[in-house]
Amino acid sequence: MPEAAKTVDAKGQSCPMPVLMTAKGIKELESGQIMLVEATDNGARSDIPAWASQTGNELVESEEADGVMKFYIRKK
Amino acid sequence: MANHDDDSPGSMTIIAFSGDLDKLWPTFILSSTGAASGMDVTVFFTFWGLFPLVKDDVRITGYDAMTKALAGMNAPGMKKAKLSKLNMGGSGAWMMRKVAEKNKLAPPEDLFEMCQEMGVNLWPCQMTMDLLGIEPAQMVDGLGEPVGAATALQKMAKSDINLFI
Repeated sequence: MPEAAKTVDAKGQSCPMPVLMTAKGIKELESGQIMLVEATDNGARSDIPAWASQTGNELVESEEADGVMKFYIRKK
Repeated sequence: MANHDDDSPGSMTIIAFSGDLDKLWPTFILSSTGAASGMDVTVFFTFWGLFPLVKDDVRITGYDAMTKALAGMNAPGMKKAKLSKLNMGGSGAWMMRKVAEKNKLAPPEDLFEMCQEMGVNLWPCQMTMDLLGIEPAQMVDGLGEPVGAATALQKMAKSDINLFI
């Protein structure tokens, strides 16, 4: 797994909060740094990649285990 | 159709017309998410859509019997917003809020705050304010200057997405 400079815990949050928390979180990072977003909302499975593609931030890796989705995003 | 290159996030304008509780959700969810995705987002609040922008502690708005009666039937304030269907004297709205809470869906008040935080342009319609007698001092903080149809249209003409909710 990539090393994350920051983790956003959006577990238990429903749409659109995981995306809003991700957008807020990424502002605190420097370009090139990686942020980990953890979510349990089923909408996040498509929403976080859609947000990354829309904003130009890179979704480096994602995985899902025990109902928790993990997204590693590199700030552009 | 707005001109922008394919990798720019684009823009969206929503005409918030209804003011119903169940329509505040999509309005604020789409606008906050759009702004979070880097879009230039504007919400133009007009007609019934203006009532949720009145502070919850303002009991009534209007300048005469008829405008006061309209506000009486359409209680001002976001907390008092009704469901567009099956409101059942407010119990429908109460149930919808309970269901939302149970499913961790943020209430419209919180999503509205997110919109403000994310920099969504929140424009009240000047004409409706005059028509219904809603004073600027009766409205919540953090709104843009009241504007008219031409300003809204100017924004819409440049928006990639235009919605009427």
